[in-house]
Amino acid sequence: MTWIQAIFTALSTPLFYKLTILSALPLVFAGIGGVYSEITGVTNIALEGIMKLGAFIAAVFIFYTGNPWIGLIMGMIGGLVLAFLHAYVSIEWSANQIVSATALILIAQGIVGFLMKPIFGQEGQTDFLTKIPMVKIEPLKNVPFIGEIFGEISAFFYIAIGVILFSWFLLYKTPLGLRMRAVGENPLAADTLGVNVKGIRYFGVLMSGVLAALGGMYIAIGDVGQFQELMPAGKGFIALAAMILGNWNPVGTMWAALLFGAADAMNIQLQTLMELPSETKALLNLLPFVLTIIVVGGFIGKTRSPASSGVPYEKE
Amino acid sequence: MASKTEVTNVKNKWMSFLVPALAVLVSLLIAAIIILFIGQNPIKAYGVMLKGAFGSRIAWADNITKMTSLLLTGLAVGFGFRAGVFNIGAEGQMAMGGIFAMLVGLNMGNVPPVIAIPLTILVGMLGGAFWASIAGWLKAQTGAHEVITTIMLNWIAYHLTNYLVSGPYTVGIGIPKSPEIAKSAQLPPLLTAQASTVPSGIIIAIVAAIVIYIVLDKTTVGYEVKAVGFNPYAAEYGGISISKNVVLTMAISGALAGLAGALEVMCVHHRIFGAFTSDRGFDGITIALIGQNNPIGIIFSSFLISSLRAGSNSMQTVGVPDDIIVIVQGIIIFFVAADRIIKTWIIKASKLGKNKNSQTIKGGEEA
Repeated sequence: MTWIQAIFTALSTPLFYKLTILSALPLVFAGIGGVYSEITGVTNIALEGIMKLGAFIAAVFIFYTGNPWIGLIMGMIGGLVLAFLHAYVSIEWSANQIVSATALILIAQGIVGFLMKPIFGQEGQTDFLTKIPMVKIEPLKNVPFIGEIFGEISAFFYIAIGVILFSWFLLYKTPLGLRMRAVGENPLAADTLGVNVKGIRYFGVLMSGVLAALGGMYIAIGDVGQFQELMPAGKGFIALAAMILGNWNPVGTMWAALLFGAADAMNIQLQTLMELPSETKALLNLLPFVLTIIVVGGFIGKTRSPASSGVPYEKE
Repeated sequence: MASKTEVTNVKNKWMSFLVPALAVLVSLLIAAIIILFIGQNPIKAYGVMLKGAFGSRIAWADNITKMTSLLLTGLAVGFGFRAGVFNIGAEGQMAMGGIFAMLVGLNMGNVPPVIAIPLTILVGMLGGAFWASIAGWLKAQTGAHEVITTIMLNWIAYHLTNYLVSGPYTVGIGIPKSPEIAKSAQLPPLLTAQASTVPSGIIIAIVAAIVIYIVLDKTTVGYEVKAVGFNPYAAEYGGISISKNVVLTMAISGALAGLAGALEVMCVHHRIFGAFTSDRGFDGITIALIGQNNPIGIIFSSFLISSLRAGSNSMQTVGVPDDIIVIVQGIIIFFVAADRIIKTWIIKASKLGKNKNSQTIKGGEEA
């Protein structure tokens, strides 16, 4: 099969679209998490570390209790705690946010590597764990094409839809959302009008922790069914690219995540459809990273970040 | 909590030493608690670590070997910081340096070492400089944040290495690896201690630190780079091109990381394989921050981290996973980022000391 044939074959199968959506899910969660943090003026490049730790903690609790929902909640709390550390030093101590986030990525990586053997008795990856269940919709299943995509899909898909709608409504239709955007654009002006700058920023960063943890958990206990130390393998940074391409807007981030998801899905489909030597497959794995550089380099549309993102705010 | 002015007004020349030193101590303390948490003895673990870092000739050889590449990646990241650029991509640039050095080193069979060694080093540095310049160019042209682009370039370099050692340059069976480079392109060891050797690369690395120190402190290039890092708008107003300096900074930074990769290939492995950079590039961030981005400080901080790394391997034997060192590094960086927390502690401690002194004097007067 030639490249062109393989690409068109992939595009005509429902599986490609399903894979696109599923590959986009972690980016949707973490990317919108990034939106919450940056729109209030705190850069959070620690998404990668939060995803890893969230997924790990979920795996630990599923390992001990067997209940994936307990794992999900504990993973979210784990993400919240890690994000709180970032929020605390960024908001209270005017820390360098990029450096502090780098520290959190290392701390997450260190904790995971350190505890793998004591808890699971093995390094690298865990055994298979109970996953968050699929949601089956019987009438939808019989619809051709669409049924194959949405008829039976991970519960994370519906959580993601909820997150997208809720975030859009919160940011653009409520007073809190207006305050969040104001704090990210001009904290001094917002402060003068009586907005609690610190409180709003805490809220934004903590939300990014919960959402990034959800993104990491989807990979581990929604998709693969085990935790691997390499997770999320750069997806936290690709999520930042999705946030930038999505112009710091939850719905825009979703579309950007779908673009990255499509690249991922195409990669998977080409590897299965075409008989490629293993080293060529390794080269295909470069695609999402190259695409990210192109996107962040601004070759696809120009976007504008919140004016005060990454700048500490101090009352005189 | 001390107020902002109080913290910034403290002009203690010891501060730039005290902050990282306290950050290291606090992180080792927190790590000790974590070791207790998994039911091991932290004192025993740290004892084994010291032994693993300094306890024997082999330990020293391993330590200095690690220090060679760590010093260079630390310099790479530190040089970037001085110019206001966060080069988190030393890992990928080191890989590219190794790849380029390997590609040239393979073909040096009939070339005398006098030419082969400098040529291989130079090409390795160019490889790293080229890789970093991509991120520098993108930042200058489109404002793409270097943290995201260099991370992506890390992944691309990682996959590229895997492709090379499992495809066009694969040799033998077992772990995918490249062939050995020609003998004439290998750097001879400085010393041989039983089975292990101290690479002569350490001399090159220390020379590099001194050169970077001179460049930063005594040359126009260094002045411009620091000016852009200190205040880009003022620098541009003063006639210094920001975009030219961003690309130049990344190129120099990448060349240093590339040198680390080239030396790793020429001194240690004589070939490349998947992940042969073993996180040295990321360790460079910690090293630069502990050394306060000062090339001479980085010589000492790279020795600290290489000792922790060398020692942590032995900690595995008493049941403490060596990832504890990653946690330690994370905590150090965290406190250096939030240096005001530590500065406030120091101010409070020194005030407490003064109060105590004045109280005793008062007491003396009353009696």
